[in-house]
Amino acid sequence: MTLHDLEKAFQHKIDNEIKIEPKDWMPEAYRKTNLRQISQHAHSEIVGMLPEGNWISRAPSLKRKAILIAKVQDEAGHGLYLYSAAETLGTSREQMIDDLHSGKAKYSSIFNYPTLTWADMGAVGWLVDGAAILNQVMLCRTSYGPYARAMVRICKEESFHQRQGFETLLVLSKGTKEQRDMCQDAINRWWWPSLMMFGPKDSESTNSDQSMKWKIKRKTNDELRQNFIDMIAEQIKLLGMTLPDPDLKWNEERKHYDFGEINWEEFWNVVKGNGPCNKQRLAARNKAHDEGAWVRAAALAYSEKRKNRLNNKAA
Amino acid sequence: MNTAIKKYYYGDIPDGAADNSNIKNNTATENAWPLWEVFIRSKQGLDHKHAGSLHAADAQMAIENARDVYTRRQEGISLWVVESKYIHASNPDDAEMFYEPASDKVYRHPTFYDLPEELKHM
Repeated sequence: MTLHDLEKAFQHKIDNEIKIEPKDWMPEAYRKTNLRQISQHAHSEIVGMLPEGNWISRAPSLKRKAILIAKVQDEAGHGLYLYSAAETLGTSREQMIDDLHSGKAKYSSIFNYPTLTWADMGAVGWLVDGAAILNQVMLCRTSYGPYARAMVRICKEESFHQRQGFETLLVLSKGTKEQRDMCQDAINRWWWPSLMMFGPKDSESTNSDQSMKWKIKRKTNDELRQNFIDMIAEQIKLLGMTLPDPDLKWNEERKHYDFGEINWEEFWNVVKGNGPCNKQRLAARNKAHDEGAWVRAAALAYSEKRKNRLNNKAA
Repeated sequence: MNTAIKKYYYGDIPDGAADNSNIKNNTATENAWPLWEVFIRSKQGLDHKHAGSLHAADAQMAIENARDVYTRRQEGISLWVVESKYIHASNPDDAEMFYEPASDKVYRHPTFYDLPEELKHM
């Protein structure tokens, strides 16, 4: 088969909703796009543990601490499912970790914002995980089989994250004035960065969109962002709080909420490494990896020892 | 078909948009742990089913890691791990030829046989 035939057969599969599996032929650009996206997604789960890890030792009760630990543990698991999916595209775990630690690979910019108060744990769960879930639900139907399967598993676990976040804020919203202020302040700080999570506006691109054609993605950034805003603008009423956007209002004609302009300069600045916590996050990852070196070495040494003991017994 | 993908999606930040000037290149020098495939029996009486994969230094640690990674919500009561390199797979390129012989043997299915409605318990 010529390259052209292979590409035609590949697109035919995609058009007929047949998943692509690791050993199937795929265009190099499809492999690369998936690899970049899945590994960035994995890195986001791993770095995403840091802003929340910050509050484990300071959670206001044992219940909240147990919940937070479970959530952070889930995120480690999600990172692992995704690294495994990325590895099926022909990279190694070590390479991906190296790329993250050197700053070459990217992760979601949202995790470069600091978590200043306990209410941030609620806002992160509700807004940040809420935004992530919209994307992940869509990705359950992505065309690359291992990615789709990882997403199904992740979505099952993720819904508790968002619910616990909302509940955390709900409790604060019924509390003292200080607690209500803290709740509103966290929402104010996380709202715009959450909207930026969906990426640049669709109009920024004039290119035909290969990712959609290959069904890696099935919704555009603007579609997902609008879904999110419509959802949150209703949910916030239950909290009795407000979203920090004076232009936010229901548009009867569009049947969607209109919203104000996003500060894209801030977005690109954080992507380029100049966010409030970029350096801190990478430093924390590198430190954890370096300080864990002896554990990895010990595990290998122990497996050798166990193997030798078995061999000696057999002899 | 190497169309440049210019639109940046959520979770897909382009390499070019980032400032990569300070990259130190440390290559993986450590001994890497082998890859294992994990199979879970969700309850007694059912088959073990492939759940995913993970890295671990040996089988015992692979089982322990699989417990932590794949059964945090009581997904299983039994785990198998197999080092991935021992799994042999059929070739997807041969799939048509490989599985085709079964496609024209409809008589292997019970629905192939037309039987009177009065016939019971069959």
